[in-house]
Amino acid sequence: MDWTYLLIVTVEIIFVIVALLGGFAYMTLVERKVIGRFQLRIGPNQAGPYALLQPIADAVKMIFKEEIIVSNADKVVYMLAPAISVGFALSAFAVVPFGPAVHLFGREIPLQIADVNIGVLYILAMGGIGTYGLVLAGWSSGNNYSLLGAMRTTAQMVSYELPMGIFVASVVLGAGTLTLNGIMSVQRPWYMWLWLWVAFPFYFTVMLAETNRSPFDFPETENELISGFQTEYGGIKFALFFMAEYINMITAAAVMTVVFFGGWRGPLAAQFPLLGIFYFVLKTFIILLLFLWVRASFPRLRYDQLMSFSWKLMLPISLIYLAGTAVLVVLV
Amino acid sequence: MELVLFLIFGFLALVGSLGVILSRNVVHSALFLLLNFLMLGLLYLVLGAQFLAVSQFIVYAGAIVVLFLFVIMLIGSESVGDFVSKGRRVAAYLGMFLALFFFAGLAYAVGVRVFLPPQGAPGFGAIESVGKLLFTEFLVPFELVSILLLVAMVGAIALAHQVWPAPSREPKE
Repeated sequence: MDWTYLLIVTVEIIFVIVALLGGFAYMTLVERKVIGRFQLRIGPNQAGPYALLQPIADAVKMIFKEEIIVSNADKVVYMLAPAISVGFALSAFAVVPFGPAVHLFGREIPLQIADVNIGVLYILAMGGIGTYGLVLAGWSSGNNYSLLGAMRTTAQMVSYELPMGIFVASVVLGAGTLTLNGIMSVQRPWYMWLWLWVAFPFYFTVMLAETNRSPFDFPETENELISGFQTEYGGIKFALFFMAEYINMITAAAVMTVVFFGGWRGPLAAQFPLLGIFYFVLKTFIILLLFLWVRASFPRLRYDQLMSFSWKLMLPISLIYLAGTAVLVVLV
Repeated sequence: MELVLFLIFGFLALVGSLGVILSRNVVHSALFLLLNFLMLGLLYLVLGAQFLAVSQFIVYAGAIVVLFLFVIMLIGSESVGDFVSKGRRVAAYLGMFLALFFFAGLAYAVGVRVFLPPQGAPGFGAIESVGKLLFTEFLVPFELVSILLLVAMVGAIALAHQVWPAPSREPKE
């Protein structure tokens, strides 16, 4: 057992978790500000300069709220659900390379927690299991609105996992490897890059649905289901669901950065690792802004539209794209 | 190290599978099943079979149990209640017989023939070796299984999809 290796990995894990939680906290602020501007409002502006203390105020408020467990709830599952959500959301980030390797204390330290050879599949798996948090929350609350929200979540997740998986398979087919590092560094001729970017709008749309972001935020749908699966949750337990949603969003954006836009690569990034991390964060942030832009621009779909959109449009498109990729890979 | 991990995951997998049959609440059973699947996946990981582990997570833990939960919530039978009391004795005897049969088969398999190398042979369960095997040695069974799945899916849809006479919107004269 190599104890220094264990130590390095532990430090990296703590670093990533802190970064993700900080990212979550300030993403909520950015979202409120940006959406506010879209709607010709100012957004939060009270707590500190530029409302920079707003996330802290929110966190303090959430933590000190009274813990309420509804009497109809299945207690164990009710408490377990937010933990499952956050736990798997955090662990999905483990395979994302967020910077070039750094040389510290005479060792080469890759800025990636685990470079497993099935990295892409690992992210799919963590996303799939993280869904249980939402489903169980809806079921265990003992509330019909929550249950409906949970059922919508299941149907939506299962439907959109298919086109997502097929797009991922196409990317893997084009790159010839399953590791995120490999997909990021693969050398493509320009037409393969163009072909790859053809998939980006579709993949982005599917990821909107997978992360339950507007206009696909059916698990809540507050005008029909109060607040969907999280109706009966308050205080820090509600905040955990919120956290999981944002961390999923950040991970999805980070994966898109790695797969479609070269991850941390950029001018001089290999020489200065910090610059690489900066490029990575910048690219991820731009994609996150896309998420917000979509939320401010589109109304929510109807539920039947959601289903037919996945099965009748996204799935055929993804299959055609997969076939096209296969043809390109073989012929070119 | 591997032995300790094996004991932990194996114990939790056993807890999961016992929980499936012992809990009175169907949703709890499904959750124990999920625990069992996850622990099986981790056992694959201990063997070094990353691809097998992740496909276990995606297919069984991620998709199949979600569908179970969906159906349970759809028909709303959270607790078994008296639903099983009819013919329970017959079912118990039959089940015991089958379980014995299955256990004997398993014991034979473990005792006489060792299928798996004990400590992951190089490339065991890795995506390259699985893919190569599927598309060379086991190509025909692989394609047959996919046809079988397709037939099962079409059959299920054909059985479940009732064609209702189109409701006439206009009031009858």
